[in-house]
Amino acid sequence: MPLAKRIVPCLDVDHGKVVKGINFLQLKHAGDPVELAKRYNDQGADELVFLDITASNEKREIMRQYVEGVAKAISIPFTVGGGIRTVSDARNVLCSGADKVSVNTAAIENPQVITELADVFGRQCVVVAVDVKRNYNVADEKFIFDTLEGKVWFEVNTFGGRKPTGIDAVSWTMHAEKLGAGEFLVTSMDCDGTKNGYDIELTRAISERVNVPVIASGGAGVPKHLYDVFIEGKADAALAASIFHYNQYPVPIVKDYLRKMGVTVRQ
Amino acid sequence: MANVVILDYGGGNLFSLKIALEKVGLSVTVGTSAADLVEADAITLPGVGSFTASLERLDEVKDALRTKASEGTPLLGICIGLQLFFESSEEGPGTGLSFFKGSVKQLPKTKKIPHMGWNTLNLIKPNGLLAEIKEGSYVYFVHSFYPEPKDASIICAKTEYGTIFTSAVCEKNIYATQFHPEKSGETGLKILKNFARIVLR
Repeated sequence: MPLAKRIVPCLDVDHGKVVKGINFLQLKHAGDPVELAKRYNDQGADELVFLDITASNEKREIMRQYVEGVAKAISIPFTVGGGIRTVSDARNVLCSGADKVSVNTAAIENPQVITELADVFGRQCVVVAVDVKRNYNVADEKFIFDTLEGKVWFEVNTFGGRKPTGIDAVSWTMHAEKLGAGEFLVTSMDCDGTKNGYDIELTRAISERVNVPVIASGGAGVPKHLYDVFIEGKADAALAASIFHYNQYPVPIVKDYLRKMGVTVRQ
Repeated sequence: MANVVILDYGGGNLFSLKIALEKVGLSVTVGTSAADLVEADAITLPGVGSFTASLERLDEVKDALRTKASEGTPLLGICIGLQLFFESSEEGPGTGLSFFKGSVKQLPKTKKIPHMGWNTLNLIKPNGLLAEIKEGSYVYFVHSFYPEPKDASIICAKTEYGTIFTSAVCEKNIYATQFHPEKSGETGLKILKNFARIVLR
């Protein structure tokens, strides 16, 4: 049997509570992180991702508390991200029981942090998250792709998707891999919250060019979308939030579907 | 209650292994020195790090570890812990603990590295650690190197990723897995429960 494709529920956390927005906005309350984590663990999720959007001074303490709670409640790997900027931030969550940290804005501003984290904790601990938006103003030095919507390049955005950077996501991930990234979490801001499916072209563009696993994120609405991003998008893992939170398509239903379609998933 | 010492050689996340061992009914302490090993009923060498750096940090406890091993204390090596039980590694210089003959090789680069995620166990020989684990069970891997034992009789399980490699070994009181039982859901907890049974025996 080949390596199984991973199903990864994502929990956006604000002040220790799970929330979920649409197009990175309109936050809606969805539950307690430890409770949800336990539910996903029991349902057969392969891994979990927590993205902390809290902006406050007590952030570290809040994170430490629920990360510890989650670690005690589950027996599958989990990643924590959101505002991690330094080795010391990373140590705080890893020593509370997280298996990996994800860095996003901090890695763009200071790419060296990827190497520092990989040196201290090993590259398997370092997930580089990239928030990406399609840009139809094609420029020479970018990786250009033909899509149904026309020629496009993929632009990295930072600060929770609020700030376009002019950086090409494909070049950036290839560079970040050299710096020590162990995995990429690629979120399409165009697709996030739409439930119309992942950005297949984006996922494939990156997955074909890096030699570490790629987690696709943004746009899952039905199980078929996960199938598409595994097969067409060549993703190693698919992340989703709302289809799981509101019990629309619980993890076992999604896995049954994928299995029937011939995708290797963990029993 | 039996006391398991998790040997801390700077390998990172000890917390989840500690919790998992407690869940299966063992009392757990984290140890860093030879003195910490004296009273141990069992010893685990956890998780992540590089071969050479881990060996350097193990230097002062090596002899104590060998003594405990020869006295029959159950040992469990996980991931890099398993690799340290062999003689050498392609990852870097240094002589391993050499409980097992053989070396540690790099996974073929025809696949994405690290081998990260859930993969299956092909069971090779019956043993206490993998007792009642079903053929084809999924366990969680995160690694770029794998062991190549000289003595095939120590191989408990194999897994395929670009090549067919040894994913669990045991001989007498020394057990080791290339995967992470503490991250392998129900299957992993069962394996740790088996280890607890070995310790309490």
